[in-house]
Amino acid sequence: MSNEEISEFIQQAISGNEVMLFMKGTPEAPACGFSARTAAALNALGVEYAALDILPDPRIRQELSALSNWPTIPQLFVNGALVGGADIVTEMYETGELAEALGVDQPAEEEVPEAPAVGAPQTAPIGLENRLG
Amino acid sequence: MPTSEYLRERIETALPGASAQIEDLTGGGDHFRAEVVSESFGGLSRIERHKLVYEIFGDEVGGPIHALSIKASTPEETT
Repeated sequence: MSNEEISEFIQQAISGNEVMLFMKGTPEAPACGFSARTAAALNALGVEYAALDILPDPRIRQELSALSNWPTIPQLFVNGALVGGADIVTEMYETGELAEALGVDQPAEEEVPEAPAVGAPQTAPIGLENRLG
Repeated sequence: MPTSEYLRERIETALPGASAQIEDLTGGGDHFRAEVVSESFGGLSRIERHKLVYEIFGDEVGGPIHALSIKASTPEETT
């Protein structure tokens, strides 16, 4: 797969999924604490989201960062626009802005779980076939 | 290997009047937390503030600086 094809796949993932998370590992098995924290915030809100593991090919991250002008992983996109990485998503979760941006109700508990939720997330992530591996 | 002091100097030089507190999260010189207070963030969204800090380091973030966690505030927001 060429770099252009990877870039195109990423753009389609961003435009084709209302809530799109690029992360290290998967929501069920995050490979990095920052990715785990970001997925946990989405799981706590119970929103449907698509997730793509960037680890299988280093070019995924290169092309993603070139598109988004954002150097680190994870990256959360909502309605085609970059919302931010783990810090911003966590801050927005805590203030209720993330729930607002996603059009859902803020859950009662205040804290984002530190560790990924044990067992299945409340809402299963949309399966996004990772054809980039 | 980048140090907390190196990150602090870079940020405070690039954003005049800024004060930065840097924590080396792992002690390994690759995962850092930066709490930056600067007038430069006034009127900017979260995304724009974080990009302003990331841009100081260019390719170093994602390179030698494996992860840089950021909290960016204006002086007014910290009081």
